[in-house]
Amino acid sequence: MTTDNRFSQEHREERDELQTGTLSEVITGPVSDWATDFSHADSQWAAEPFPIQDDLRQRCPVAHTERFGGAWLPTRYDDVASIAYDTERFSSRAIVISNFRPPLDLAPVGGTPPISSDPPFHHDARKLLLPAFTKTAIGRYEESTRAYCNSLIDAFDTSDGRGVVDAAQDYAKYIPMRVIGDMLGLPQQDTALFAQFVEDVLGTVDLPPEERGERLRPLFDYLYDQVRAHVDNPRDDLTTHLINAELYGQKLGPEHVVGTIVLLLIAGIDTTWSAIGASLWHLAGHRADRERLVASPDALPTAMEEFLRAYAPVTMARLVKEDMHFGDVDMKAEDWILLSFPAANRDPAHFDQADQVVIDREVNRHAAFGLGIHRCLGSHLARMELRVALEVWLSRIPEFTLADPSAVTWSIGQIRGPRTLPLRIS
Amino acid sequence: MKVQIDSDRCQGHGRCYDLAPELFGADDEGYGQVLGDGIVPPDQEQGARLAAANCPESAVIILEET
Repeated sequence: MTTDNRFSQEHREERDELQTGTLSEVITGPVSDWATDFSHADSQWAAEPFPIQDDLRQRCPVAHTERFGGAWLPTRYDDVASIAYDTERFSSRAIVISNFRPPLDLAPVGGTPPISSDPPFHHDARKLLLPAFTKTAIGRYEESTRAYCNSLIDAFDTSDGRGVVDAAQDYAKYIPMRVIGDMLGLPQQDTALFAQFVEDVLGTVDLPPEERGERLRPLFDYLYDQVRAHVDNPRDDLTTHLINAELYGQKLGPEHVVGTIVLLLIAGIDTTWSAIGASLWHLAGHRADRERLVASPDALPTAMEEFLRAYAPVTMARLVKEDMHFGDVDMKAEDWILLSFPAANRDPAHFDQADQVVIDREVNRHAAFGLGIHRCLGSHLARMELRVALEVWLSRIPEFTLADPSAVTWSIGQIRGPRTLPLRIS
Repeated sequence: MKVQIDSDRCQGHGRCYDLAPELFGADDEGYGQVLGDGIVPPDQEQGARLAAANCPESAVIILEET
């Protein structure tokens, strides 16, 4: 038997030096005009993106910015869908917009396969993961998720007499962190680290690339350590599954294994954290909807889809492959596309009362989990976590309100959800 | 009424088997599958229509005349 040294420190440093790419000028500061200078790293976009998107959809409908080295923002459902389906002209080589474009030869694999992969490689990398994320496979985690949600509520500390908890920090965040950590086989005592990793990946897009690279280092250090621990001591979890997986008759490269774990960990946390938080935020501020769901838990699955539509947490990105026309605009090779599923989901051409949250909306062909070949791998996991989190909360805490609406904060960047959510629960 | 799934379009969102589990199931990778011959009993026609109307990829096809 030969030793598996794919993940050794020496091997990794050798690879690190090969990293090249293109840096763009860092442009920050207030947005002058959302049609020509948009920034999804702007605090106004974080707090209230929907009026901005609605305005752009009417007057643009594809906005542009010179920031991030050039990016486009389609706001109509049909434009978002056509780009999501067009993997010939739009690459997923990078899916988080920043001032760094990874080298062209990173395609078709990308840094975090399969979300960063293009066809035909994408399909093969995705197949390795699909069986672990079917609705049936995810069902195995429902009972432990429910118990965990209950334990989080049991631990709420309202001893100061104010009766206020931070539902984003003390509830929503921990649920996906624990579940994806367990699926990957990461130690439960490390759960608290994951939130910082998420912030390091997604909340730093405006930083100079070297600084951003430094912020990402602890995440990779941690995961390489965990992978080596799994090589020494294989377990029945996704990390061991990836270490043993083969593609085209060979074990996966170390960048593929660790890149996929980064994807599962980060995408598994921030997104569902945001969806749970946004749903609780809505219910705290809309008494009739809250009372209806407390009285009729059967209405939750339909209501949940409406929360996913109206508060879709995930915006993806693409890179334009070659100079091209798109509608009325001329896109250049290497321009970013900010692929806003939230904007698509509020397009009145596709949804009646698009700007209203209608919890009994029966026909809801929303795109919260994306469209086309990159459909969110974890959508069944996310739906299970969101449903269980809301079921447990509503049964344990049927009465809750926003303790201080002005104290609510929203995440910056491509994943949107509450990061501070003080709720009065008694 | 009869239902079909366009497997070129289906991406495994699973809305069909969430909304009409009597008519649709999932394969080992989560892609939707029609259960049985796809003939829809009258009392399940509403479920079939919901599945078709909610599929993000418009992959669920309803054939009205059978």
